[in-house]
Amino acid sequence: MAVDTDKNSYTILFAVVMVFVVGSLLAFTASSLKPQIKENERMEKQQNILYALGVNSNEGKGDISFISTDEVADAFAANVSEQLVLEVKDGKIINKMTRQEFMDSKDEGKGKEPYLIDVKKQQARAKNGESRLLPLFVGKQEGKVVYVAPIRGKGLWDAIWGFVALDEDMVIRGTFFDHAGETPGLGSNIKQRYFMDDFYGEHLLTDAGVFKGIKVAKGNNDPKNEDKKDYEVDALAGATITGDGVSAMIKKDLKLYMPYFEDLKTKLN
Amino acid sequence: MGLLSKKDTKLITDPLADNNPITIQVLGICSALAITADLKASLVMGVAVLFVMGVGNVVISLMRNIIPSKIRIIVQLIVVASLVIIVDQVLKAYAFELSKTLSVFIGLIITNCIIMGRFEAFALGNGPYRAFLDGIGNALGYAVILVIVGFFRELLGAGTLFGIPVLGDPIEKTGVFSIGYENNGFMLMPPMALIIVGLLIWIQRSRNKALIED
Repeated sequence: MAVDTDKNSYTILFAVVMVFVVGSLLAFTASSLKPQIKENERMEKQQNILYALGVNSNEGKGDISFISTDEVADAFAANVSEQLVLEVKDGKIINKMTRQEFMDSKDEGKGKEPYLIDVKKQQARAKNGESRLLPLFVGKQEGKVVYVAPIRGKGLWDAIWGFVALDEDMVIRGTFFDHAGETPGLGSNIKQRYFMDDFYGEHLLTDAGVFKGIKVAKGNNDPKNEDKKDYEVDALAGATITGDGVSAMIKKDLKLYMPYFEDLKTKLN
Repeated sequence: MGLLSKKDTKLITDPLADNNPITIQVLGICSALAITADLKASLVMGVAVLFVMGVGNVVISLMRNIIPSKIRIIVQLIVVASLVIIVDQVLKAYAFELSKTLSVFIGLIITNCIIMGRFEAFALGNGPYRAFLDGIGNALGYAVILVIVGFFRELLGAGTLFGIPVLGDPIEKTGVFSIGYENNGFMLMPPMALIIVGLLIWIQRSRNKALIED
C-alpha cells in the first residue's frame, strides 16, 4: 500500500513522530552516558592541572601527552598537596578556605572537590557583583612550591580555558591551554606544546611588583623567546583573535590572585 | 571485482575524479577552506565525513519512501544532526581523547553541503546499498581534495607535515631555511585554500576538456 506522502496530515504526523523519536533517542543517549562522561571530564581536569604542574607523559618534542587515566588519581594525590579556595570581592580576599573547609561549607561546597569549581559560574557571579570563588592548587616542582590557577576566556568561536602554574614571584612555571572550537590548524594551536612551552619562565609582574600580564604578540623581536621579562610570547600565524583571547584571560583571571601572592610575599619576608 | 558490479564501482570512482564533489560540483567548499591549514585536521575531517556520509546515506535511503517531500530537507538535517550528536556522545563516554580531537569538527560536519547534497540527489532515489557506495565515494572524493590542499598549505605555510618539521627549522635556519627560504604565512589563511582549490580545478579541466562547461 502506497502512502500519499504529499498529504498535509501525513506531513504533520510524520513531523510529530519524528520529533518524538529523535528527541527521546537523544535524551536517552545523553542521560545514559552522562555518568561516564562526567567521570571522563573529572579525570581530564586532574590531567590538565597536573600538566600545568609539569606532571605529564611527554616524550621528546612531540605533542602534549597527559598522564594516563589509570594513574591520574594517584598522581593527583601525590603531586597536589593542597587545594585552596579563595573567596574574593572587589579585589580583596574575604575568605580563605582549605579543601576540607570548602567541602564542609554549606552553600557552594557540599562535598565537592575544589578542582571541580566551575570557573564559568564564578565569572558570572563576579559579574553580578557577588563574591567569587577562586581555586588554587598547591604543588611542588623541582623542590619549589608552585601554585596552579585556572583561567577562562573567549577565543574566536567559543570558550578557551587553561591552567597556569606560578611560583611565589608570579613567574610562570607551566601552562595548559584548551579550547572548545577554535579553527583547526590555526587557533587550535594554542593546545600545541610549542605554544604552551613558550610561556615557561615568563614574568607576570614588573620589578616594582605591578601586574603586567603576558601578551601574545605578533612580530615580536624575540622569536627564540630568550627574554623572559618582555611580557610577550610569539603569536600563532592566522590566530590573532585566539591569541588575544589568551592574553586577555591571563591578564584578567590571574590578576585576581594578586592579593594572595602579595600576602605570601609579606609573610615570607 | 567480484563484489562490485561495473555500475557500482563507478559510484565510488566517479566522485574521485570526473565528478568530484569539490572540484566539479563545487560543494563543501566552506569546510575545505576552514580546516585545511594542516594535514592532520584535513585527514580527521575526511574520515569523519566518510563515516557520516556512509551511514547517513543508508538511513535516508531506507526512509526514502516515507519521507514527506515537503519537509524532506528538515528530515535530512535532523538525521545528520542526531547521528553526529549520538556519535559525539558515545565517543565522549568511551573514547574521550578522540572526542576532544573531533569536537571542533562536529558543527562543520552537520552543515557540510556535500552531505545534504548527496542525501537530496542520490539517497532519496536509490536503494541503501547503492546509496552507501555513493556516500563512501563522495566522501573519499572530498577527503582526497582536503588532503591535497592540506598538504600544500601545511608544507608551504608552516614547513611541517602532520606537525613534523620537514623543511628544517625556520628560527635556527637549518635545512632549506639556510639558503634563504621562508615560510609563507599567507598559506595558512583561508583565501589560499580557495586559490589551491582553484588551481586543482584548473589542472583537472585542462587535462579533461569534457569537464569544461560553456
